Amino acid sequence: MADLLLEVRDLHVAVGDNEILKGLSLAVNKGEVHAIMGPNGSGKSTLANVVAGKPGYTVTAGDVLYEGESILTKLPDERARAGIFLALQYPVELPGVRNRDFLRAALDALRESRGEDKVGIRDFNKLMQAKAEELGLEPDMMKRNVNEGFSGGEKKRNEILQLVVLDPTLALLDETDSGLDIDALKVVAEGVNRFGGPEKAIVLVTHYQRILDYITPDFVHVLIDGRIVRSGGRELALELEKRGYDWLREEAQAGAAPSA
Amino acid sequence: MTQAVATHEQYEADFRKLQESRSSDPGWLKDLRNAAFGRFQEIGFPVARKGNELWKYTDVRPLAAETFPQPAGVPASVDAAQVFPFDDGMARVAFVDGRFSQELSTPLPDGLVAMSLAQAYTEHSDDVQRHLSQHAPYADEGFTALNTAFLADGAFVLSEGAVQTPLHIVYVTTGRVVTHPRTLIVGRPTSELSVVESYVSATGGKHFTNSVTEVALEEGAQVTHRRLLIENQEAYHVATTRVHQSRDSVYRSLVYEAGGGLVRNDLTVLLDAEGAEAHLKGLYVTAGKQHVDNNVNIDHAKPHGYSRLYYKGIVDEQSKAVFGGLVLVRPGADKTDAYQEDKNLILSHEAEVDSKPALEIYADDVKAGHGATAGAIADEALFYMQSRGIDPEQAMLFLVRGFVSEILDSVTIEPLREWLVERTTQALPRFREAA
Repeated sequence: MADLLLEVRDLHVAVGDNEILKGLSLAVNKGEVHAIMGPNGSGKSTLANVVAGKPGYTVTAGDVLYEGESILTKLPDERARAGIFLALQYPVELPGVRNRDFLRAALDALRESRGEDKVGIRDFNKLMQAKAEELGLEPDMMKRNVNEGFSGGEKKRNEILQLVVLDPTLALLDETDSGLDIDALKVVAEGVNRFGGPEKAIVLVTHYQRILDYITPDFVHVLIDGRIVRSGGRELALELEKRGYDWLREEAQAGAAPSA
Repeated sequence: MTQAVATHEQYEADFRKLQESRSSDPGWLKDLRNAAFGRFQEIGFPVARKGNELWKYTDVRPLAAETFPQPAGVPASVDAAQVFPFDDGMARVAFVDGRFSQELSTPLPDGLVAMSLAQAYTEHSDDVQRHLSQHAPYADEGFTALNTAFLADGAFVLSEGAVQTPLHIVYVTTGRVVTHPRTLIVGRPTSELSVVESYVSATGGKHFTNSVTEVALEEGAQVTHRRLLIENQEAYHVATTRVHQSRDSVYRSLVYEAGGGLVRNDLTVLLDAEGAEAHLKGLYVTAGKQHVDNNVNIDHAKPHGYSRLYYKGIVDEQSKAVFGGLVLVRPGADKTDAYQEDKNLILSHEAEVDSKPALEIYADDVKAGHGATAGAIADEALFYMQSRGIDPEQAMLFLVRGFVSEILDSVTIEPLREWLVERTTQALPRFREAA
């Protein structure tokens, strides 16, 4: 398993007294695309946030390994510099912080941690402009404050712009598809596909199978009530599209009852 | 109490000395000083006590109890590049320990008169008498009374036409003294002027600055007035600024405070004719044990006035900031459009902010509003930046700079804006190494 990138082992996570993840395990190899699907409140976003290191969650048991090392005690910025990227479900507005300056500082932080020189202003502008164009973003948006006054679709595209410019190893996409119209969805999916490759891995958290028409997953996992209740291939997503989540919920409850 | 009495005795002795030493001053000026000192003896310094809303949060007893000598002898020489390195491209009128410094002052552009008040008493007698002490009444203001009693030197500025070069009026204090800087700015009809009025300390240690600034905007005049308080962390600083606006005049103000130990800034803008417009911005940055109190009054006396006030504060460590804002719309000042807002970023659990914007409206068809907020850096924002690889210290610096940019972006003099951005983070010990 030389290509194992992310390993989640029997992870239990609580917010306050409320247990959200109840023993979740997942292995992601380089070159793979995993889709995590499930109804609202099943713990999908919690999984993405805990891997990225967002504060506010308590890991009560289990572990998260990245490139073979536990990362639970690492700060979010340390994880980012190690190659983990989270596209947020609700990108945050940063008043007074220009999009361009933010992205450049992030790129420099990553480059410095790899022992590289800071990016030159001209190289950065070129890179940024090319990538923004690919994603159909107005050049003007780079001068505006981060996410301030952006439409829902612009915010999501801006996340993908950060993804393609920062070029991490593991991309966690938390409901990047929600709120996008079909054209925007295609643009975002193209961006994600260009990012993907044999040295990368993508974990796509989504409520809908729609985006999977454009980003083909190698694995689909269904998360219900804090556990993965079923894993399969692309066809599982299509089945969910037809049948919804209730049948899996019932199966899970039936299965869980005897062992409880 | 005996202390306070002793202080008053010191002020009285110094006052007598001043009157004797300046016997050649015009009679009206000596009379003005006399009357003002008489009034100061009656009312003294304001007291922070129940019922005195204006001074509720700021106790000036430490300042009132201490005696500071008047500056004497030849002032120490001052290295401009060291003490106020932010006025490249500006004309300058400089004062050291309250006295005009020819050496530190520069030639002036056309259309601009800027000189020592002592010189203006004779050379611009009409303008001086028409405005001096007309806008900053001392009858109910102890600090203004004291400043007026010690009125000797100061800055006189008069603009005619559009003056392109910004003017820097700088008051430097070099030791443990009391100074009463006085500034009179007159914008002639339809003139345009940009003034930076700054207060700096050449050394550490306590001193007391009791400044009064009067700004008179005649019809259609446009004055941009940026007041920088960057004295040392122990200085006592009480500032009184009174602005009088005539018809269709536009007053733009920035109050920047990143210095002083105990600071009170009183700004009153009187929109005294139709169509007057005031844009007031402020930024205060406090740390250590600093106490900074901004009290801003916008007085709409006539119809069709427009005012916007936007102040922001960053308070850290054990410091305390106070904001008191009053928008008064007098009877008859119909169709006034006024808004004020004060936003605070609290970086420490031990820091404190008291913010109370208020409106008093006695006219019809008025648009007015106000707001105040105080909060910490949003965890969401910090996480977002960290999730992109930026370490927490740098993320914090980014967010703080973002917070102040809304105010400092209004500074159109680029080298000054850059210096202020830098100064703002340097005023916060947590960033001193990071920046």
